[in-house]
Amino acid sequence: MDTAVTAKKKWWSGGYSPFNVSYGKLMMWYFLMSDAFTFGALLISYGTIRFMSTSWPDPNEVFRSFPGMGEAHMPLVFVSLMTFILIMSSVTMVLAVHAGHMRDRKAVVKWMAWTIVGGIAFLSCQAWEWTHLFHEGAWWGRNPFSNINGTVASTNFTNFFFTITGFHGLHVTSGVVLNIVILANVLKGTYEERGHYEMIEKVGLYWHFVDLVWVFVFTCFYLL
Amino acid sequence: MEHTHTAEGHEHGQHDASTKAIWKTFWILLCVTIVEVGLAFLHLETGVPPKLLLNGIFIILTIFKAFFIVAEFMHLRHEIKNLIMTILIPLALFVWFIIAFLADGDSWKNMRKDLSPGAARQEVKAPAHEEAHH
Repeated sequence: MDTAVTAKKKWWSGGYSPFNVSYGKLMMWYFLMSDAFTFGALLISYGTIRFMSTSWPDPNEVFRSFPGMGEAHMPLVFVSLMTFILIMSSVTMVLAVHAGHMRDRKAVVKWMAWTIVGGIAFLSCQAWEWTHLFHEGAWWGRNPFSNINGTVASTNFTNFFFTITGFHGLHVTSGVVLNIVILANVLKGTYEERGHYEMIEKVGLYWHFVDLVWVFVFTCFYLL
Repeated sequence: MEHTHTAEGHEHGQHDASTKAIWKTFWILLCVTIVEVGLAFLHLETGVPPKLLLNGIFIILTIFKAFFIVAEFMHLRHEIKNLIMTILIPLALFVWFIIAFLADGDSWKNMRKDLSPGAARQEVKAPAHEEAHH
């Protein structure tokens, strides 16, 4: 697959990929780059509107709940759990890629299964959070939370929150679907026949990107 | 492991090294997140560090985490320079993007503050040619 990297190699004189990766992986990188611009545009427009506003709701007041804890004031705890789940599923993904390099099919199955479990756990957390906020009266076009300075807030806050976490959640969902498809192929023996597990690397790149976006969403909505 | 299985032993050595790197990255990401949440709680309880400084710290730590995800989990650090550059150079646009748009938002806020009802405003003098016209 990869050719040996030597210092004097003429990468652009033809005969091999000047990027030293397969076509599929390179295109996945380019797709992720375009996706990064999409998320970047969303987050920057959020930032612009927030800079434009004289005041903004306090995330520690809005995101204060934890499942089963009633009215207990627990800012950041639930979202930290979600972050932990997503980081953990990124680790199991990278372990699956690693097992693929070793051509250890059993280990690939194990780590892919854990990655899927992590993805579903994250989506369940998000479903709970959205439902909880919805019952508090928050939705697109509706914002029950007041600004940190006590004034009535516009719906910008909820609109951006649901749009951006929703778009991220959509990425997680399609990531889980892709992971399930790949796992089915591993179980069927498709990659064993093909002689390599590179497909795991491609969906792995996508999965890590989803984790990467979450790192920024976490900071922009819950910390700042 | 016996010495007769040198090839296998070598593979195991590699195996251990890269698994180690994976877990090391995991601990870095986890620790940075814990530090972020810890600082947020410290600020909630005591008001220290001040919000502006805290936000700066959060942004730096976020970029730090992003670096590790891209470099280690997405393996970009171990690719050749051509690939690294073709991905990272376009993303440099974000530097301009962020500065320009946030500055724009900030100037809008200042305009809205100055023009909001009841805000102390400077009397705008009518242009001189307006009178000449009548």
